[in-house]
Amino acid sequence: MELFFQQLLNGLTVGGVYSLVALGLTLVYGILHVPNFAHGTFYMAGAFVGYYLMTALGLNYWIAMLGAAAAVAVLAMLADRLVFHPLRNAPELHDMIAAIGILLFLEAGAQAVFGAEFHRMPTPYGQVVEIFGLTAPLQRLLIIAGAFSLMVLLHLFLNYTVIGSTIIAMAQNRDGAALVGIDATRVTLLVFAISGALAAIAAVLYAPINLVYPAMGNLVITKAFVIIILGGMGSFPGAIVGGLIIGMAESFGGFYFSTDYKDIIAFVLLVVILSFRPQGLFTPKGAR
Amino acid sequence: MKLLQGKAGWTLLAVVALIFPFFAQNNYLLSVATQAFIMAIAALGLNLITGYTGQFNLAHGAFMAVGAYTVGILTVDHHVPFWVAFLLAGVVTATLGFFVGLLSLRLKGHYFSIFTLCISYIMFLLIEKWESLTHGPVGIMGIPAPSGIGPLQFGTPLSQYYLVLAFLALAIWIMARIVRSLLGRSFMAVRNSDELAEALGINLMRTKTLSFVLSVTYAGFAGALYAGQVRFLGPDLASETVTFDLVMFTLVGGIGTLLGPLVGTFLVTWLTQSLQFLQDYRMVVFGPVLIALIIFLPDGIVGTYLKRRARRADTAKPAAPAATQFVETTAKAKHHA
Repeated sequence: MELFFQQLLNGLTVGGVYSLVALGLTLVYGILHVPNFAHGTFYMAGAFVGYYLMTALGLNYWIAMLGAAAAVAVLAMLADRLVFHPLRNAPELHDMIAAIGILLFLEAGAQAVFGAEFHRMPTPYGQVVEIFGLTAPLQRLLIIAGAFSLMVLLHLFLNYTVIGSTIIAMAQNRDGAALVGIDATRVTLLVFAISGALAAIAAVLYAPINLVYPAMGNLVITKAFVIIILGGMGSFPGAIVGGLIIGMAESFGGFYFSTDYKDIIAFVLLVVILSFRPQGLFTPKGAR
Repeated sequence: MKLLQGKAGWTLLAVVALIFPFFAQNNYLLSVATQAFIMAIAALGLNLITGYTGQFNLAHGAFMAVGAYTVGILTVDHHVPFWVAFLLAGVVTATLGFFVGLLSLRLKGHYFSIFTLCISYIMFLLIEKWESLTHGPVGIMGIPAPSGIGPLQFGTPLSQYYLVLAFLALAIWIMARIVRSLLGRSFMAVRNSDELAEALGINLMRTKTLSFVLSVTYAGFAGALYAGQVRFLGPDLASETVTFDLVMFTLVGGIGTLLGPLVGTFLVTWLTQSLQFLQDYRMVVFGPVLIALIIFLPDGIVGTYLKRRARRADTAKPAAPAATQFVETTAKAKHHA
């Protein structure tokens, strides 16, 4: 039973991180209808900025996280201004290729600056705590608490503030939003900033129990794509539920079947689901 | 410039390729050129499904790896003669491509690209983890060079160069026949609009699947040649980097043109060689180049040239464009109705 709870905890941890990354991806997709292949490198950039701030500048973990979020938010806004904005009227093939260009650039850039080797991010929360007779590493609990409170904050922001509702309005109908006076350019920039910050926070949360290296975003972004397809592209609750499904599937599948093949589970799930339901599991009404 | 068009241009290209070995001072340059030819074959295939049929397949490099691994596993572990393994590589990739195509081509646009990206990851992870079949991360070593056919032997870099060149020529010829045939037209119809193509009586699924299978067969044979030339295989061949390289080759040259993938492959390979001091960081340069190209020159080198020529021809004969315009507008009207 204790092993079962251990897997549940691991599933929640990984699922929380995946959900944060997938949320950023799905927000951008909802607004721009661009699958941002470079989102994984935003995640990677967040981890590296956090790592740099903590080791080279000796900053506190939380300040490093804020710094990483701010830096990647700026990076994501730059990507929008320099790349996606000029391509807003281009065929969808062009957006995808441009996103790959950003991915290649950032990955090689990180390798040029930090080297290809693996880094380990220090954490002040390395201890193990005991609750109700179950032991758990504190960092994992921190990830769960951090990820889910961020999701709640984002939910409140999107649904109960005016700026948040402009994002939802634009996702629902671009022309309609423009007609009621919503500035599409500014909302897009804001969405990119949020998505970059989410990826960076997810990375800094997860990095202490994982490794930091230039290609670290590739697997995460592909899984995030699986998640948002599962949850319906552009759907907010879909990204959270999908992230938890994949996190649990990996944690339990890796434990009860094989650790070697645990990374494949997400992709096989996708193939199976899309074979029977090409529109995804929880496609929102009115979506394609 | 007129002299370089049509048959004369292709002959010139062939002559340059044939005499290149006499100007290459060393075997290193020769093997770089040989590998560029192999990549060009794969890029031709990618161009068929992405450029002509409009489906952005992100698993193309993985199919190349499947072809390469088929040759590697059969020749090293089962001592199958090279050319038998070579043919089987084509069969295996085509069969796999058929089933992957059946699944993935039901999805449209972004969904198709993301799905194929996931397929490429599955293949990569399988190659890396399935050690009993693929030797895992160690890779397959000691793949034999292509065995001789009659009096021809392929042991030296020079003979390999001509062997791969022959295959490239064959690949170009077949591709030219495909895209200029009715089948090629139906591919382009699908690219322009799914609904329009269906309205014209084109079986959407069958056409797309055929294009997909043909395209990955190119990748499979390219991979098989790669195995015979490099004679070492690692799981990295299946990583998305190879696909991204192929996308760049096709885009630089001109997507949806016959010559584009060739020009792109040779140009980018040459640039990579000249920027060798950058090594693993070459993408710091090529990433932004890719973005700039897609923003400012989305048709690539060949595509832009062809468009400019078409525009000049249009202004020279004022009657012709009016006619095509009429066809286009009626087609559009039908599409909306």
